[in-house]
Amino acid sequence: MTAKKVWGLLFAGVFIGIINGFFGGGGGMICVPALLLIGLSNKQAQATAILIMLPISIASAIVYYSNGFVEWDLVLYTTLGSVVGGVVGAYLLKKLSNNVLQYIFALVVIAAGTRMLF
Amino acid sequence: MPWFYFLIAGLCGGLVGGMGMGGGTLLIPILTMFLGVEQHLAQALNLLVFIPTGIIAVIIHAKNKLIDYKVFGIIIGPAIATAVCAALLVGKLKSETLGLLFGIFLILIGLFEMYLAIKNSIKNKNKIKKPILKHTLYPPKK
Repeated sequence: MTAKKVWGLLFAGVFIGIINGFFGGGGGMICVPALLLIGLSNKQAQATAILIMLPISIASAIVYYSNGFVEWDLVLYTTLGSVVGGVVGAYLLKKLSNNVLQYIFALVVIAAGTRMLF
Repeated sequence: MPWFYFLIAGLCGGLVGGMGMGGGTLLIPILTMFLGVEQHLAQALNLLVFIPTGIIAVIIHAKNKLIDYKVFGIIIGPAIATAVCAALLVGKLKSETLGLLFGIFLILIGLFEMYLAIKNSIKNKNKIKKPILKHTLYPPKK
């Protein structure tokens, strides 16, 4: 790996950490394009990004917990739904190949963000 | 708030996350806007919800040899350090301020995703369609 790529990754790490720690999510959405940029394949970038997000999320979660921001019963129910949704989503991904979903996602996120400003 | 609302919120986030888009980016506004969860709590909830799903995904991807451990090794140090600092800082912010910043973040992420989607569309359009080799099924007549 070239020095330029190493520095790029270090910088990406700083940025991803700030975003994910500050907003409690969204780091993966920056991590995947960053890994694609240094030449990883689509699947490799997605897989490696999840491994990167794990320790970051655990470390941030510990800080949130120590600040008293965790309600465990809500975590339990939401996690149950999320695991089921994750499996179904991964299965659906194999069936759908176009990027219409990406457009819909972008629009929904922009709408939600705008709603949060007002 | 009934427990199954949270189950459904998790289901929505997981579904989007499983399809490789930002599950948490969607789960947090669902929790705050529809279920009235406070912003800090929603963010902590999202971090914790990701952990079990992430572990399962990593085990599957590791078996399929899709993980680049060298990249992981380089990126993870600064990422953890800044994540902890940012999480400490967030604890000092008011809920309203954080919610506002999160809204701006969502709009930026949405615009970025839109840019990536357009780029993908252009790439797919430019792909040369390979002709289907019919003679692999029906040998050509000589």
